[in-house]
Amino acid sequence: MTSIIGVGAPARPAEAAAAAETLGPGGPTEATHGAGPADARRDGRPTEARRADGLAKARRADGPAEARAADGPAEAARGGGPVLRLLAAARPAGGRLALAALCGALALGSGVGLMATSAWLISRAAQHPPVLVLMVAIVAVRAFGIGRGVFRYAERLIGHDATFRILADLRARVYERLERLVPAGLPDARGGDLLGRLVADVDAVQDLYLRVLLPAAAAVLVGGASVGLAWSLLPSAGVLLLAGLLLAGVVAPWLSATASRRAEHRTADLRGELTAHVVDVLQGAPELVAYGAAADRLATAARLDDGLTRASARSSATAGAGAAVTALAGGLAVWGALVVGIPAVRSGRLDGTLLAVITLLPLAAFEVVAGLPLAAQQLQRVRRSAARVFAVLDREEPVRDPAVPVALPEPPYTLRVSDVRARWTPGGPYALDGVSLDLPPGRRCAVVGPSGSGKTTLTAVLLRFLAYESGLVTLNGVDLSEFAGDDVRRVVGLCGQDAHLFDTTIGENIRLARRSATDEEIRDVLRRARLLDWVETLPRGLDTRVGEEGAQVSGGQRQRIALARALLADFPVLLLDEPAEHLDVATADELTADLLAATEGRTTLLVTHRLAGLDAVDEIVVLDAGRVVQRGGHADLLARPGPYRAMWAHERRHDDAPC
Amino acid sequence: MRPFDPRLLRYARTTRAYLALSVILGAATAGLVIAQATLLAGLIGDAFLGGASLAASRTPLLLLLAVVAGRALVAWLQEVAAHRTSAAVKSRLRGLLLERAVALGPRWLSGERSGELATLATRGIDALDAYFSRYLPQLVLAVLVPAAVGARILFGDWPSALTVALTLPLIPIFAILVGLAAQRRMDRQWRTLSLLSGHFLDVVAGLPTLKVFGRAKAQARAIREVTGRYRTETMASLRVAFLSALVLEMLSTISVALVAVSIGLRLVDGEVGLRTALLVLVLAPEAYLPLRQVGAQYHASVEGLTAAQRIFEVIETPLPRHGARTDVPDPAATPLRLEEVTVAYEGRDEPALDGFSLVVRPGETVALTGPSGSGKSTLLAVLLGFVRPDAGRVLLGGTDLADLDPDAWRSRVAWVPQRPYLFAGTVADNIRLGRPGATDDEVRRAARDAFAEEFVDALPEGFGTPLGERGTGLSAGQRQRIALARAFLRDAPILLLDEPTSGLDAESEAAVIEAVRRLAAGRTVVLVAHRPALADLADRVVRVEGALEAVA
Repeated sequence: MTSIIGVGAPARPAEAAAAAETLGPGGPTEATHGAGPADARRDGRPTEARRADGLAKARRADGPAEARAADGPAEAARGGGPVLRLLAAARPAGGRLALAALCGALALGSGVGLMATSAWLISRAAQHPPVLVLMVAIVAVRAFGIGRGVFRYAERLIGHDATFRILADLRARVYERLERLVPAGLPDARGGDLLGRLVADVDAVQDLYLRVLLPAAAAVLVGGASVGLAWSLLPSAGVLLLAGLLLAGVVAPWLSATASRRAEHRTADLRGELTAHVVDVLQGAPELVAYGAAADRLATAARLDDGLTRASARSSATAGAGAAVTALAGGLAVWGALVVGIPAVRSGRLDGTLLAVITLLPLAAFEVVAGLPLAAQQLQRVRRSAARVFAVLDREEPVRDPAVPVALPEPPYTLRVSDVRARWTPGGPYALDGVSLDLPPGRRCAVVGPSGSGKTTLTAVLLRFLAYESGLVTLNGVDLSEFAGDDVRRVVGLCGQDAHLFDTTIGENIRLARRSATDEEIRDVLRRARLLDWVETLPRGLDTRVGEEGAQVSGGQRQRIALARALLADFPVLLLDEPAEHLDVATADELTADLLAATEGRTTLLVTHRLAGLDAVDEIVVLDAGRVVQRGGHADLLARPGPYRAMWAHERRHDDAPC
Repeated sequence: MRPFDPRLLRYARTTRAYLALSVILGAATAGLVIAQATLLAGLIGDAFLGGASLAASRTPLLLLLAVVAGRALVAWLQEVAAHRTSAAVKSRLRGLLLERAVALGPRWLSGERSGELATLATRGIDALDAYFSRYLPQLVLAVLVPAAVGARILFGDWPSALTVALTLPLIPIFAILVGLAAQRRMDRQWRTLSLLSGHFLDVVAGLPTLKVFGRAKAQARAIREVTGRYRTETMASLRVAFLSALVLEMLSTISVALVAVSIGLRLVDGEVGLRTALLVLVLAPEAYLPLRQVGAQYHASVEGLTAAQRIFEVIETPLPRHGARTDVPDPAATPLRLEEVTVAYEGRDEPALDGFSLVVRPGETVALTGPSGSGKSTLLAVLLGFVRPDAGRVLLGGTDLADLDPDAWRSRVAWVPQRPYLFAGTVADNIRLGRPGATDDEVRRAARDAFAEEFVDALPEGFGTPLGERGTGLSAGQRQRIALARAFLRDAPILLLDEPTSGLDAESEAAVIEAVRRLAAGRTVVLVAHRPALADLADRVVRVEGALEAVA
C-alpha cells in the first residue's frame, strides 16, 4: 500500500446522510428517496455525503457549486450531458453491467413467466388431458419459481460488483484531475466545502448504474417481451398491454414528478423561511436565551410550520394522482384483455386455454414498472450530482507541465523572481503585478503586507501551483516553467496556514514528508519544532491520532506538526505561509520565533502579516496590491517613514500592555 | 428495530387517525383484491369452458371495472392521507423538538449538537414521509391481506390454503433470522465503507499538502487499490447479505409455483373446478406480495424511525432544575460574588474552572485574561446561567443565582459573545432582539452608540436590510458592532463581553473598543480580553488560570 494515509481513518458518523441534500431545493421528491442512504446501509454501499458538518456548511457549499453547474460552458463544449458522460465512465465494467441487466430481466421475466405458464397449465388441465401433456408446463412453472430468486440474487451481486469497479475508477480519475487543478485551479475550494461536496457527489453518481440503469433496462426488456408475447397470442391484447405499461411506467411517474415539483415550487419559500428559522433558533439559542427572545422565535417558527403544513395539505390531492393512475392502468389492462379476449375465444381467433394467459399476464407484467418512479427520481439526483462533478473537473488547469521537462540542476539552489505578474483567473485583476525577489542559498526573506496584497500568490507561483503571465522566475538560471511541477516542489517546499493533517497518527503525518524516516528522525524534527515534549507526555506518543482534519490537536500544535513535517522533508527552499494565522497573538509570536530558529541557515521565505520577530530575517519585502512598496532590513525599514513603520507602530500600540 | 414506535401515537395524535384510516383502506384493499380475483376467475372460466359472449359477461365486466376504479380510489386516498399525516406529524415533532432544545439551553445545544439537530429538524425529519406513505400502509396490508386472502383460498381449496399457511409464516421468520445475521455483518461493513469514503475525502482535502510533499500522484493508485480491496471484502459480505432477499423471493415464488402445479394436477383429476383453480392462482401471489413489499420498504422504516427516535430522545431529555424566584436584587446596588466556583465538563479530565472566586462591585469593570482554555468563557456562561457550577456558588448580594428564575435574572444582563449570531431578519430586528418593542429612534440611537449607524446607513436598505444566512454579508467587526448595539438597546445593569475584538482589523477594533467604553459607563461589566487595548478599559484585570494547554 502506497498510502500513508492508511485505511484506519476513523468512522465518520453516518448520521447525516441527509446533510448533503440538506435544504437544497427539493421537498417531497427528494424526501421520498430519503431511502437512498439507508438503503445503502442495507446494501452496504457508500452513497451520499456523510459529512454532518451541519446545515450552514452544506448550504454554503450548495450555492456556488450549483451556480457553476448551471452555467458550465465548458461542459457544453465537451459535448454530451453529464449523465451521458457518466455512462461513458462505465465502459470498463460494461460487460458486467450488461450481465447484471440480463439477470435482472430474467428475474422479472421469471415472475411474468410463472404467471403466464401457470395460467396456461390450469386452463389446459381443466380440459382433463393426460398428465404427460402438462409435464413441460409443470417443469417450467417450477423453474420460473426458482429462477426468480436466483436471478435476482445474481443481478444484485453482479450489479454491485460492477458499480464498485466503476466507483474505484471514477474516484481515481476524479482524483487525478483534481491533482492537476488543486490548489490554484480551485481557489474556492479552500474552505473544504467544495471538496467535501465533490466527494459526496462522486459517491452519489454510482446510483446511476445500480438504481437507474439496471431497473430501467430490466423494465424495458421484460415489458417488451410481455407485450410481444401478448401480441403474438392476440395482437389487440398486446396493444392494450403496451398502452397500460406506458401509462403506468411513463405517464404516472411524470404526473407524480410534476405534482411534487409544483407543490415544491409553491412551498419553496415557506420551506426556506422555516428552515432559516429552525437554524436560527438552534444555532442562535445562546443569544435568544440570553436576551429572553426564545419564546418569541419559537412562536414564529410554529406559525411558519403551520403555514407549511397547510400548504402541503392543499397539494396532497395531486400528490396521490400518480399512485391512482398506476393502479388504474394495471386494472384497465386486465379488464381490456378480457374485453378483447372473450369475443376472440368465441370467434376462434384465440385458443380458450390462452384466455387466462392474456388476462393474467398484465397482472404480473405490471411489476416491471413498479420500480420506475424511484429510478426517475434517482436519475434527477444523479444528474444534479454529475453536473456538479463535471463542472469542477472541466475547469482550466492552472499550470501545464512542459512536454519535455528540464532535469533539476544540482544544489545549491537560487530562486530569482523578476518583474512577475500573475492572477488567479484569466482576465481577473493581477494578484502579483511586477514583483521581483532574489533567494540565493541561505537567504532569509519575509514578505509582509495586508491581506489581498499578493503574498500567497507569490508562494503559489514559486511552488509552481500557479503559472505567471509575464516576467520571469528562474531556478539556477532556468525558467521555472521548463521544469516538471513535481520537480520544482522537490526543491521548494511549503508550510502553510492550511497545512492539512491527515486522519492518522502524528508520526504518520510527519512521515508523509519522507517514507523512510526513522522514529528517531521524527523525534528530532519534532524537537526542532518544539513539540517533542508535548508528544512525549501523550500516552501513545507518536502513535496518537490527530483526528479528522486534525480536530484532536490545538491550532498551535497542528502548525507545529506541519512544521516538523516540512523540516523532515528537508526542502532546500522553504516557504512559510502565514504559519501563525488563526492563533492568538502570544502563541503566534512564539511560533514565528520558533519557526525562524528551526529554519536557521536554510533558504526561507516567510509570508506574514505580523511583524513581530522579523528582525531575524535578512530582507523584508512589503507588498501592497501586488506591488513591492518597500524593501530592506527590519531596522532599516523602521528608520524611515513608510508603510512598514506605520504597520509596526499599529501592531505595537495594540500589543503594548501587560497581558 | 420495531416496526412501529408507540411514541408516535403519544406525541403526534394525527397518527392515530391515520392508522385507523390505513386499517380501513387496507381492509378495503383486501376486499377488492378478493373481488377482483373472483370476478376474473368467473369471467375466464365462463368464456373458456362455457363459451360465454361479451354480452353475457356484461355484468361481471362492469363489476370488474368498478373494482378497478375502487382500487385506484383507495390508492389515491391512501396517498392523500399519508401526505397530510406526514406533514402534520413532522410539523408537530419539529415544534416539540425546538421547544425542548431551547428549554434544555445553550450549554446542552453547544458544539456539534445544534448543527445535528438543525439537520434533523429540517431534512432528517423528511424521512418520515416515506415511513408514512410507504411503510406504514404496507405494514397494515401485510397483516390484513394475507389473512383475508388466505381465508378466501381456504374457502375455495383447502390444500392450497395449507401450502400458503405453511409457507407464509416462514417469510417473516426467515426475514428476521437472516436479517439479524446479515444486519450484524452489514453494520460492520457499513462502518468500513464509511471509512472508505472518509479516506477519499481526507486525501482529496489534503491534496495541496500531498502535492507539496510530492506524494499526490502516488495517491491515485492508492485510491484505486483501497477501493478495489474494499470491493473484494464487501462483495464477500454482500454474498451473505443478499441471501436474505434470495430466501424471501424463493419462498414466495416457489410457494406460488407449488400451489399452481398441485391445483393443476388436481384439476386434471377433476377434484377442483376451473373457477376455483383460477381464483387460487390469482390470489396466491397476492398473499405474499405485501409481505415482500414490507421487506423492500424496510429501509424506509429504519430511516423514518431513526429520525423519530432521535427526536423522541431529545423530547424526553429531562430539563435541568432551575430556581423560580423573580425578586432579583438590584445589580446596580449589589455586588456579584463568585465563591469557589468549579465547573467540570463531561468527558474532560480537568475541570474547566477550578475553585474560582471573584467579587465584582456594582459599576466596576473587570477584565478577565488568561491562556485559551483557562475557563474565561465558561465563567461568563456561569454568570449567564447557561452552566450551573458543579461546586461553589454565585451570589448576588445574599441571593444564590441558582435560586433565581433564569429568565428574570437574564433580563438584568446584556451579553456580547465572541462571535455574535445574526438572525434572519433586518438589521433593526437584530438590534431589537432584547427589546422587541423599541422604537426606530431607539434602535438608531443604540446603533449610533455602537458605532454601527454609519455602516448600517450605507447598506442597500439601511436598517431594513435583511441579514442572516441569506442576507447581506457583514464583516466580523460589523457583526460585533450590531451585537453591541443589541446590548446598548437592552440597557441592562450587568454587561458580559467575550473578547469582542478578537479577529478584527485595526479600524474595527478601535471602533469596538470605543463602543465598549461607552457601554461600560455606569454598568457592572465582566469582559474577557486577550488584547491589551481592551483590558485597558477595565478598573481591574483578573487572570484566570484553569487547566492549561500544554503547548501553544
